[in-house]
Amino acid sequence: MKGMTLIVKTISKLIAGLIFLYGIYVVLHGHLTPGGGFAGGIIIAGAFVLLVLAEGSDEFSTEVKKWRASLFESLGIFIFWFLAMLGVFGGTFFFLNLLSKGRPFRLLSAGIILPCNIGIGIEVGGALFAIFITLAVLKGKGD
Amino acid sequence: MTELYLLLILMILGAIIALEARDLLSAIISLGIVGFGLVLAFLVLQAPDLAIVQIVVETLSLIILIAAILKTSKEDTTEVFGWKKACLWTGGLIFLVIFMVYINQAFKLLPEFGFPIMRMAGHYLELGLEKTGAANLVAGVILDFRGYDTLGEATVLFTAVMGVIVVLRKIGRIK
Repeated sequence: MKGMTLIVKTISKLIAGLIFLYGIYVVLHGHLTPGGGFAGGIIIAGAFVLLVLAEGSDEFSTEVKKWRASLFESLGIFIFWFLAMLGVFGGTFFFLNLLSKGRPFRLLSAGIILPCNIGIGIEVGGALFAIFITLAVLKGKGD
Repeated sequence: MTELYLLLILMILGAIIALEARDLLSAIISLGIVGFGLVLAFLVLQAPDLAIVQIVVETLSLIILIAAILKTSKEDTTEVFGWKKACLWTGGLIFLVIFMVYINQAFKLLPEFGFPIMRMAGHYLELGLEKTGAANLVAGVILDFRGYDTLGEATVLFTAVMGVIVVLRKIGRIK
């Protein structure tokens, strides 16, 4: 995939970081405002997709990127599964909300919902970026 | 509710154009009409969580689809007219008539839109904040009351990505 013009490259470099930060915000505030792990993870993946689309996939070492995205995806689903298994390890049932609930409307509240959202965010972001980068490095008629 | 029905008509038109367009790029753009119409429908039905997820999923999936057709072919290579298409249309129409007859009977048994009042959801609304501690009840439901569903959903995504990476791999392919 070829890169775009200098204007697109500069602007996308400027705003990709902001999009990434917004994705993290949506993930972390999933239990307070609309959003959550799925939406935030896709916004995080969108920041990377924007960079790859603007710069062109030849600029990056895409095999390493694909491997890393796949690793983050596996890590994310492992975090989610581990948090769900915490209840079993503690001697009770699957998906027990073990951690303290805290006060509502605070960032650190709602027990395992916040860490679960972080796990899902990492998983979804890695998954969608892995799909995109796999298609982007695929050699076809377009190259 | 009028705007919802207008949106539904627009989405159905977009789906038909997406099926019939000869140029695959315009087919994908028409598919986008369906997705973004769904975003507006979620907003009309007051479901901002779903609308946010749908708008980002739709944007990214359109990008992925466009990346896929840029790598392969822009032309729809199925035949325009012929026996196969005629058989498909007839079969589809017969199926549609049968489906409509039975769905009509099924819809008569369904309760009206938004009624009777939500029994399970009412319980969630009353005790959700107390039991989960999450101010956003949707997060409380999908990650606490219905956590199994979300784990399954995440597993589906994981499996799908595994399939994509294995099918489109570079190493160890037999040409």
